[in-house]
Amino acid sequence: MSQTRKELLVDPLVDNNPITLQVLGICSALAVTSSLQVSMVMALAVIFVTSFSSFFISCLRNQIPGSIRIIVQMVIIASLVILVDQILKAYAFEISKTLSVFVGLIITNCIVMGRAEAFAMKNPPVASFIDGMGNGMGYGLILLLVGFIRELFGAGSLFGITILQTVNNGGWYVPNGMLLLPPSAFFIIGLIIWAFRTWKPSQVEEREYKIQQVEAH
Amino acid sequence: MSDTQPPEQKGAIARFLAASPDSVGKTIFVAVAVCLVASMVVSAAAVSLRPVQDANRLKDRQVNVLQVAGVYEPGIDVTEAFAAFEPHVLELETGEFVDDQFDPTTFDDIAAASDPDLSVALDNDPAGIGRRSNYRVIYLLRDQSGELDKVVLPLHGYGLWSTLYGFIALENNGNDIFGLQFYQHGETPGLGAEVDNPRWKALWNGKKLRDDAGDLQITVSKTQPAAGPDFYVDALAGATLTSVGVDNLVKFWMGDAGYAPFLAKLQAGEF
Repeated sequence: MSQTRKELLVDPLVDNNPITLQVLGICSALAVTSSLQVSMVMALAVIFVTSFSSFFISCLRNQIPGSIRIIVQMVIIASLVILVDQILKAYAFEISKTLSVFVGLIITNCIVMGRAEAFAMKNPPVASFIDGMGNGMGYGLILLLVGFIRELFGAGSLFGITILQTVNNGGWYVPNGMLLLPPSAFFIIGLIIWAFRTWKPSQVEEREYKIQQVEAH
Repeated sequence: MSDTQPPEQKGAIARFLAASPDSVGKTIFVAVAVCLVASMVVSAAAVSLRPVQDANRLKDRQVNVLQVAGVYEPGIDVTEAFAAFEPHVLELETGEFVDDQFDPTTFDDIAAASDPDLSVALDNDPAGIGRRSNYRVIYLLRDQSGELDKVVLPLHGYGLWSTLYGFIALENNGNDIFGLQFYQHGETPGLGAEVDNPRWKALWNGKKLRDDAGDLQITVSKTQPAAGPDFYVDALAGATLTSVGVDNLVKFWMGDAGYAPFLAKLQAGEF
């Protein structure tokens, strides 16, 4: 193993964050971050799915035929996602109604597939489990950050508890309604990526092309 | 990891595991085995969690009845508050209760809509529901003196993507709307799903179904109809088809194929 287990867990939080560096899993990050509670549940669901799918795929990695490996990974991931969905419907009914299709869409979250294909197929189970958990946590960290900003400034509350009394409820704070709409998450994630790359310039990608200078005749 | 494995056996299983995963036999075996295990896990979870999920759905339905009748407050005992509501199985055609035929606490009127003996196929089907159950479970709310206060009627119909299921609460005169709310739908978040927006739901309060001549006038539309503001609910911005769907389903269920016979009796003060 080239990386220690601690590195596997901590690296994806900032240095190799799946959202800010790899820019994966953006779709659900836009959709579910309008409140902190929902972001939290979504983050936990993704952490569960990435860690266990990586674990099981890694256990089977020497037996999975190359020709059907993607579909085998999908079956394992999808089963875990359905499991999460069923548990949420049983024990967190209100939240599962808010999350609606987005729990199911964890199946197509590129982070889960990415870790299965890039890491779990080549590494032992425990390391894969930790790697999956780390990446799930990296995703969850950004989700919570975005959810914090959107709920605080969009609705004046955190976890549903009023922090800034809004005008509608007789307070002073005029909430920024745009923050409750999905496009605002684009701006916030963009700003987070900018902040991360300013803090760690090594994350800045090289240009894929250069604008050619044409000399004037 | 190899040091933790038991000494090598030359059994059939060991040979099979050591075989190349890319052979045809093994490919098929892995595919079948993974699918079998996964399907067992999924179905075990679905079956074992179903009772809890059903209880949640029932409670959700009860909460929605309480909400639409305006008696819900966060933290109240739902079961206790719901006990104030009198459930009845209503035969739509006659507007009579048929509680002796069906148990109102267990009768499932949504399932009944797909039972040929209990439902009719609709020729004129503005709500897009295909079949309509002949019986529906409705709720009466009485005040302390036993006078009828509100009735809560279930309704459903097709919006843009999905069937919207909800309740309408009417005042005891059977014509004034107290509230309308949907408890299940799959409309576009932010657009059609704004049917859940408290401000939009509040628009329904105080509207009337029929004018003095007895014509059904309630309308969800972008502009106010000739009948006047009492019969008009502003459509949702950016959700034309969902609004049309709500308009259709309210008109259908309040019309002759829906609750009209019952509402006529209600207005006559029979309950």
